[in-house]
Amino acid sequence: MIEPLVIPVDRYLHPSLPEIWFGVVMFALAMYVVLDGLDFGIGMLYATRDDDHDRETMLAAFGPIWDANEVWLIAFGTMLLAAFPDVYSRLLADNYLIALGFVLALLFRGVGPELREQREDEQWRRACDYSFVGGSVLAPFLFGVLAGSWVFSVGALSLPAILTGVGLVAVSAATGAAFLAAKTGPALAEEMRDLGILATIAYLGGVVVLLAVVIWTDAGGAAGTILSAPGIGIVALSVIAGLGGIVLALRDRYRAWLASALALPTLLSVLVALLLYPTIYPATGLTVSDAVVSPLALNLTTVLGFPVLVVVLWYFKFLYGVFSGPIEAEGYGT
Amino acid sequence: MHVASQILEGAFGAGPALDGWVLFLPAEFASRVQFGWTISVHILFAALSIGLAPFIVYFTWKDVRTDTERFSRLRSFWLKVFAVGFVMGTVTGIPMSFQFGTNFPQFSAVAGELIGGPLAFEAKMAFFLEAVFLGVLLFGREKVSDRTYVLSSVLVGFGAWLSGFWILVVNAWMQTPQGYEMITRNGMEVAKLTDPIAAFLNPRLPWMYVHMINASVISVALLVAGVAAYIVWKKRNAKAWNTALKIAILILIVAAPLQAVHGDAYGRHVENTQPQKFAAMEAHYETGTADLHLFAIPTSPDAIMNPSEENLFAISLPRVGSFLASGGDFDAVVKGLDEYEQNPPVPLVFWSFRIMVGLGFLFIALAFWGGYLTYRGRLADSKRYLRAMIAASPLGFAALLTGWYVTEIGRQPWVIQDVLTTSEAVSTTLSSAEATTSLVAFVVIYIGLVLAALYVLRWLIEDELRDLGVEESADDHWYGPLPEVASDD
Ligand code: HDD
Ligand code: HEM
Ligand code: HEM
Repeated sequence: MIEPLVIPVDRYLHPSLPEIWFGVVMFALAMYVVLDGLDFGIGMLYATRDDDHDRETMLAAFGPIWDANEVWLIAFGTMLLAAFPDVYSRLLADNYLIALGFVLALLFRGVGPELREQREDEQWRRACDYSFVGGSVLAPFLFGVLAGSWVFSVGALSLPAILTGVGLVAVSAATGAAFLAAKTGPALAEEMRDLGILATIAYLGGVVVLLAVVIWTDAGGAAGTILSAPGIGIVALSVIAGLGGIVLALRDRYRAWLASALALPTLLSVLVALLLYPTIYPATGLTVSDAVVSPLALNLTTVLGFPVLVVVLWYFKFLYGVFSGPIEAEGYGT
Repeated sequence: MHVASQILEGAFGAGPALDGWVLFLPAEFASRVQFGWTISVHILFAALSIGLAPFIVYFTWKDVRTDTERFSRLRSFWLKVFAVGFVMGTVTGIPMSFQFGTNFPQFSAVAGELIGGPLAFEAKMAFFLEAVFLGVLLFGREKVSDRTYVLSSVLVGFGAWLSGFWILVVNAWMQTPQGYEMITRNGMEVAKLTDPIAAFLNPRLPWMYVHMINASVISVALLVAGVAAYIVWKKRNAKAWNTALKIAILILIVAAPLQAVHGDAYGRHVENTQPQKFAAMEAHYETGTADLHLFAIPTSPDAIMNPSEENLFAISLPRVGSFLASGGDFDAVVKGLDEYEQNPPVPLVFWSFRIMVGLGFLFIALAFWGGYLTYRGRLADSKRYLRAMIAASPLGFAALLTGWYVTEIGRQPWVIQDVLTTSEAVSTTLSSAEATTSLVAFVVIYIGLVLAALYVLRWLIEDELRDLGVEESADDHWYGPLPEVASDD
């Protein structure tokens, strides 16, 4: 009955629609890692400041954007469920405590700043700060562990998974620092620059160790992909973006530094996609075409979902446009 | 103790599995309790957002248009409540969608084609809209034009109503599934989408959507009225709050009767589509003619667990159950619970249903009482009414929860009616230790979350009172015996 409405029932709108959806899901993952990474970074760097004015400035930077950024996680999860339900269920069921620990860390990260403002009480504020900072460190770590065990088909307590977690923490700190440096006054920017450089070095070092371990153990058969031309290309670009960022930071060119810092988590996400494809759940050897839903369901999510995704990107342009000015403790300036 | 274990066993059918546990709960049992607990907390915040949305839009619009102190006070107070509730809704919503994978992966795998689409639409169409424009609403007053500001409030509210819509598409499909066929994929029986219109716009959806949205509006109107009554109690001439109280009563006068009328028709729809659930709601144990219990109270503790006719003091209309079910035949045979192999825990469903309906009638009474007092111009002077409204402020949420218990527990043993049972849906790789650990964490953390939300509400009210210049005085409690003055109403 749907056929006349241009949605074919038993073949995909385009023969490579499953692959396109793999790309879309990975795009949502990248958006999440990049954008919420900024928020996590702000949360971590928050711990390094004990001056009240600086803290208020950081919260003002965090306030209007974090929630929208976090929705990319839900978009990633639900699109994975809509297109590849078996992968969604395996990924979460096989990593039970990590997955739920991650959402609880997100919970603490989210409620901390919101509750903090509700009461002028030293102890209350300290408790809320712990919740914010703790959640901001733990969430990217656990998300990285989850991603690492997915991509390399290893247990959560293995070296590759843990290193992926550490890498995500470091890269979030680096992007958060660049964001704050670009958007706040000179005093705070200088502090952020130094911390951001440290975080970038830590990230690059972490990635090198991780890749060495993975190649050495050939976890999940990933060695071949990493040593292939695209793999080497991505790693090389990451090194360039990282080192270039450090140089830009040292020259106080913060906006340019922010751009190159954002390239790091983006490249990391591309690497994840590269390592997965053509399988999508390497532990069981499930490929994109095994796991994808039937044509009608996928066609429908495409026709109804793609236009909305474009609108969503416009929302983000609007949001970041409204809050594009420099940040002060009282909020965004113009 | 005895009753407690009976309730647990009755509710979760986990009798044999419960025997052996020492330290950890069986994984299935723990997963179900965890899901029920987390969704119960989530739905409270979700309903708060859905119900508060129209108030926020109205107050924002009035504030921007008239720029009076009254509406800026109401806007800023309720926007703070909305912001806190929204964050709580967000952080409790994400664990909900994760639990489809962590605890009920079979459910996700079997129903993924049917539920994945609506859930993804919910994220893309509703959650992004809400989150982005709430950022503008909370932080952008100085940065956007008045018009964009009001529009932001409308978009936030629209987002809340839309997320309710998409999630209820999923839940309604689980009650009255259609538009699918079972196929084998990767060695597993799964549902394949064959007719999206039938599947998404399934028979239950319109009933559920209207009833849920209206329930949220009622719950929030009662909350607003309760807070307003409390502040008016402390300061009779607080202009803004007299206005808020009247608006809330006006909304209740429309919404509360509507809910009862709608609920009655909804009940007949449930009877036609899920006869087993309906039999549990009415404790109709044996197939035969059915009476309609208008009102029932247990005559002994036993009756709580076994609400069969001999055990109840009930006002019943003989055979009216049959009459309603068949559409006009007093002798019609209504299917009883004895027709089924496995039944939902009848007492939970039976009593939840009665609590919801009883509260529904209470709300109608409160609404009209308030309407009468407003008409006589004595609203702020009736201590009795103000007290009643303060006491009733959480009851809308209680009705909302019990209503959901009827819906969800009444459907057991099925998670998708006649397609998949709840025990089949549970993860097979989950260990008792893991499941118990996460359950304990969710219970502890969510209790903290609910308490934090209640404290914030209390602080906001205290701030508001301070702002209105009310002095703290202990002798003016709203609870306790009524003061001697007999002239209130
Ligand atoms: C403020 C809350 C509230 C109030 C006052 C009422 N309800 Fe309700 N009811 C709900 C809140 C609710 C709910 C929580 O929102 C439910 C659960 C699922 C749904 O769609 O709405 C529900 C479900 C629900 C169902 C369906 C159960 C199912 O799906 O299996 C019926 C038959 C009724 N209600 C009937 C009534 C009647 C006859 C009422 C008379 C006054 C009433 N409700 C008042
Ligand atoms: C709208 C989306 C919803 C979906 C998709 C959904 C899905 C499910 C699933 C998968 C289960 C089986 C697990 C279990 O038995 O615990 C379940 C049961 C349950 N749900 Fe829902 N649910 C939804 C809404 C709600 C709401 C709003 C409530 C109530 C506040 C609720 C309360 C419960 C309870 C109490 C159970 C446990 C029943 C039992 O195990 O006996 N659900 N639901
Ligand atoms: C088991 C079923 C459910 C799942 C998986 C679920 C999932 C979610 C998620 C992931 C969020 C966070 C969105 C964000 O970050 O902005 C959320 C929020 C929300 N959910 Fe649920 N939800 C469920 C049940 C319900 C039900 C039954 C309703 C009401 C009908 C509801 C209404 C809302 C609303 C209005 C929000 C926005 C946040 C807020 O305003 O508090 N949800 N939900």
